[in-house]
Amino acid sequence: MITTENVVAVRNLRKEYGENAALDGVSFDIHRGETFALLGPNGAGKSTAIEILEGYRRRSSGEVSVLGRDPEKGGLDWKARLGIVLQSSGETGAVTVREQLSHFAALYPNPRDVDEVIAAVGLEAKAGSLIRKLSGGQRRRVDVAVGIIGRPELLFLDEPTTGFDPEARRDFWALIRRLQGEGTTILLTTHYLDEAAQLGDRAGVIAKGRMVALAPIDELGGADARVPVVRWLEGAALREERTQRPGELVAALVARLGAEPDGLEVIRPSLEDVYLSLVGREHADDLSPVEVAS
Amino acid sequence: MSGVTRALRLGALRIGYEVRAYFRQGDTVFFTFLFPVVMLTIFSVSFSEASFGQTADGDDITAAWFFLPAMLAAGVLLSGLQNLAIDIALEKSNGTLKRLAGSPLPIVSYFIGKIGQSLVTGTAQALVLLLLGFTVFQVPLPEEPERWLDFAWIFLLGVITSAILGIALSAVPRSGASATAVVIPITLVLQFISGVYLRFSDLPEWLQNVAAVFPLKWMAQGMRSVFLPDELVALEQNESWDLPGIAIALLIWLVAGLILTRLTFRWIRRDS
Repeated sequence: MITTENVVAVRNLRKEYGENAALDGVSFDIHRGETFALLGPNGAGKSTAIEILEGYRRRSSGEVSVLGRDPEKGGLDWKARLGIVLQSSGETGAVTVREQLSHFAALYPNPRDVDEVIAAVGLEAKAGSLIRKLSGGQRRRVDVAVGIIGRPELLFLDEPTTGFDPEARRDFWALIRRLQGEGTTILLTTHYLDEAAQLGDRAGVIAKGRMVALAPIDELGGADARVPVVRWLEGAALREERTQRPGELVAALVARLGAEPDGLEVIRPSLEDVYLSLVGREHADDLSPVEVAS
Repeated sequence: MSGVTRALRLGALRIGYEVRAYFRQGDTVFFTFLFPVVMLTIFSVSFSEASFGQTADGDDITAAWFFLPAMLAAGVLLSGLQNLAIDIALEKSNGTLKRLAGSPLPIVSYFIGKIGQSLVTGTAQALVLLLLGFTVFQVPLPEEPERWLDFAWIFLLGVITSAILGIALSAVPRSGASATAVVIPITLVLQFISGVYLRFSDLPEWLQNVAAVFPLKWMAQGMRSVFLPDELVALEQNESWDLPGIAIALLIWLVAGLILTRLTFRWIRRDS
């Protein structure tokens, strides 16, 4: 039932910590060459899932195949085909950006060129600096550079752009598009829905350990979730109507009222609106639940 | 390329990487690398008037002469055990090991890098100590090649054993922040009871026997056998340098360290 055409195949994945199920029967596939965005609030199980796929954690039950191998039994040749950008940068010993990348390049059979990778993450000016002297955003870029230096077939990006300024984020997107152009399969987790929309082909939304939606990004939540909403004030009451033809509705409204409606809005639900309706607002606003995986 | 060749080649690469990083860390350079050098200087200067015995020719044995072998032994322990136990505990807690665990680096290459780092930095440290003792404090160094041969195997076996015990001990600290607090008291107590800071022959016999359970006593004894005049053998336990005993004690600890490492070392704390 798990085929090797999929770079990643996950079936009924469960992970329990004592009584608590961090993942409660999650299933999804990632096809070769696609970018799959795993979305969900903190503590929903995203990082637990990604770390099981990376081979860092054991699963309680279910089936997992990554590049045709069970991650719990992945050997060095299997690791050589992966690129991993962990959620936290951690610290690095006293080595420079170029030393770190040259060193990691030497671990892989067919690495990218070190200077090209340094340029791709925009750290040419810092190539000779000790990593611990860099800013948080610059260190994150070193993480990404280390993640791609081995020319991975499958790249894991766990909240890669946390701490980036808007310009750095745009540069990062351009870099990921180049990797996509070269056929790299990518699993991305992110809190930035614009990032998921920019980079992702398909997305899965995890909430409370369950996959609540799984679809191409622009179909997430189903067609109904994207029907435009027209809102206006009539007397003191807020009126709202969902319609595929908002222009017609507004025209009819103006004709009926004989005047400009008060507080008129036509809202096309954004990915963020769809996402929030999927995970439930109370989760999205709550930033503090225990992040089991970190 | 076969797995073994690859592991060795990457191990050699790790040594270069580790040594470079080591000398860029101000605190390790001071507390591990220069510490025995500083202690030798302090002892040599503060006890410059004291005599630690006489040679057969009637020459006084100076403090520097007496403490040089002790500091060489301390250096072996610090470069191996203290350095690696703290270093690896920190790497475990700061994410370095997790990153390496996700890369195709063989675990053996990682160990080769760490042991190699101990050997390179320990050798440099021994050279500094010998040079300081010889030039500044005019300690007479042995002329017989056999003595230097003894020095070579005691030093090599001592550093490798210390390094492997350091890797094993790195599993004990619960966090990187507590690593120095766990490791330094252990090495400090060992140095006091093993004849590094205090004259071993002055210790009560029961304490000497306790010290003889641990490897540092044997390394210090080995270094004394190389650098002190033969007459001082009278101060040793059983009035013998007991070189075979040194080899056996260090080899037993080496094997114990390997077994402990095999049982306890994990790239990351993996949940069940």
